[in-house]
Amino acid sequence: MKSFEYTIKDPVGIHARPAGLLVKEIKKYTSTVIICKGDKEVNALKLMALMGMGIKQGDTVKVNIEGADEDKAAAELEAFFKANL
Amino acid sequence: MISIQGKGVSTGVAIGPLYFYQRAKSSITRTKVKDSDAEWNRFKAAQAKAIEQLGELAEKARVEAGDSAAFLFETHQMMAEDLDYEEAIQGLIQDDKLNAEAAVSDTAAQFAEMFASMDDPYMQARSADVKDVSTRIIGILTGAVQGGIDSPVPVVLVADDLAPSETVQLDKSKILGFVTEGGSGSSHTAILARTMGIPAIIGVGKQVKAEYAGREVIIDGTKGEVIIDADEATRNLMVAKMEQLRKQREMLELLKGKPNVTKDGHSIRIYCNIGSPDDVAPVLGNDAGGIGLFRSEFLYLNCDDYPSEDYQFEAYKKVLSEMEGKEVVIRTLDIGADKQIDYFDLPKEENPAMGNRALRICLNRPEIFRTQLRALYRASAFGKLCIMFPMVTSVWEVKEAKKMCERVKAELTAEGKAFSNDVELGIMIETPAAAVMSDRLAKEVDFFSCGTNDLTQYTLACDRQNADLGRFFNPHHPAVLRLLKLVCDNAHKNGIWVGICGELGADLSLTETFLSIGIDELSVSPRAVLPLRQKVRETNVAVCRDRVLSELMSDINTI
Repeated sequence: MKSFEYTIKDPVGIHARPAGLLVKEIKKYTSTVIICKGDKEVNALKLMALMGMGIKQGDTVKVNIEGADEDKAAAELEAFFKANL
Repeated sequence: MISIQGKGVSTGVAIGPLYFYQRAKSSITRTKVKDSDAEWNRFKAAQAKAIEQLGELAEKARVEAGDSAAFLFETHQMMAEDLDYEEAIQGLIQDDKLNAEAAVSDTAAQFAEMFASMDDPYMQARSADVKDVSTRIIGILTGAVQGGIDSPVPVVLVADDLAPSETVQLDKSKILGFVTEGGSGSSHTAILARTMGIPAIIGVGKQVKAEYAGREVIIDGTKGEVIIDADEATRNLMVAKMEQLRKQREMLELLKGKPNVTKDGHSIRIYCNIGSPDDVAPVLGNDAGGIGLFRSEFLYLNCDDYPSEDYQFEAYKKVLSEMEGKEVVIRTLDIGADKQIDYFDLPKEENPAMGNRALRICLNRPEIFRTQLRALYRASAFGKLCIMFPMVTSVWEVKEAKKMCERVKAELTAEGKAFSNDVELGIMIETPAAAVMSDRLAKEVDFFSCGTNDLTQYTLACDRQNADLGRFFNPHHPAVLRLLKLVCDNAHKNGIWVGICGELGADLSLTETFLSIGIDELSVSPRAVLPLRQKVRETNVAVCRDRVLSELMSDINTI
């Protein structure tokens, strides 16, 4: 399993648009991606559950990636977070 | 042969199959199913169809308004196939044996509630998205037709009456003409028909029976006649009439490129009213000098959430660029009254025509106003823009709106974004208060445009949507015409121009009046431009002015 931590910079947090972009991005990989905030965690493919986390600017999330392409996915997803969130 | 008499509100003749507008059902039935696997498959098929439709909408939005507009539909797509959403529906169908419509409806309520209970207003608003997606799936399950028309060939559309939100979603390429049970000459169906240049007949009541569906119907918008299964003689007569109208049209074509000037040298500008960026082609095609009213509501009616600045900017820019420097008057948001939009969450009002609408909403909710003004000013760099505020009653409202314009310009300057310094600001004169106060209002703005539909309704205290008030709703009433003259005089004393953008502008029996009182611009539906030009060119103001003005001051009720 790979993981990284990231603090959300986008002033609107993980709203519909960024959440949608993220789901689209994650669909490229076979690995399972779990996003954790505090003690809550959610499969990042589940758009509405992800939006339901109410992740805001300044929140730190932990991203766990597990699967055959986890190395590639972790590197690229971290870059994606930095660029979009 | 069956002949039905209604009231023609848009001229022309159309022949085609009769088709009843298919409205989505508002309530769903709740039943237990025996074969839950079959029910689940029924849901899966509807879900797939919804995702396909949303994909098409996204592509359409991308072409018309760019990526950010498309994204709304892509988000809806993802919601439709969301794993938790699907799982909840599956549970209700397979464990509780619920029918698919009820399962989707219950699940929608549950997810909408989740969003609604979040402490972030943006997220709370997402509950509307979940509901919208679910309504689409339920619509497919119950066989409701998206856009109201499911026919391979164009039809004559019959409806009780159409709401503005329904008219914007109609597939215009499928409509030859309109027949409505209720409605009035100022109803949205009538306005749409005139913009499209197709016949419309209103007020036929319940005379068009369900069994006529699919049969050939001929409608004559000049006479207000609806004929089903016409006999050969009648049919030939109507085909001949279509041909004659076509020839008349050709005659008018010869007026293209000619000035709108009277025999004694008075000139007047003839512009067009439009409701969407797609309407620019008929404006140019009919040789109009500009756009005198671009109703920006369609942007709001077409969206499931507040349209973004970029989305609006693209739409305004499209119209301004296509008009190639010709004047374009864009009216800021005019909703409320008979135009309601769910996501505005406006409380129900006893008397919406006199309620929270148009500029009042904008001044009460400056964030909505600011987004629109930013989009408008950014678009101003691409043509000749005039911004017009609707529903003004007081000078302070105009001052406040202008302050917002200054603020937006300062913001754009600070951000280094381009805009034109040549934007004219004007107001609609559509309340008696604005007409009476026009001497003072004229000092605040660059132009007036009279909205005669509302001005008539407020001056005469007559609801324009109420078909029963027909003879009391008289836009030729001297009270209305005297107000127009007052507005004209006050505008010219202060050196600003004045136009008419209501339906009255195209009324050829008033052209002499408008020319005599000195109206500078008439904004009409594209098809009315050339007939109006012809009328102007036949008029001699020196000859008719005294008669018209004395009629105006008399108490006769028709001019």
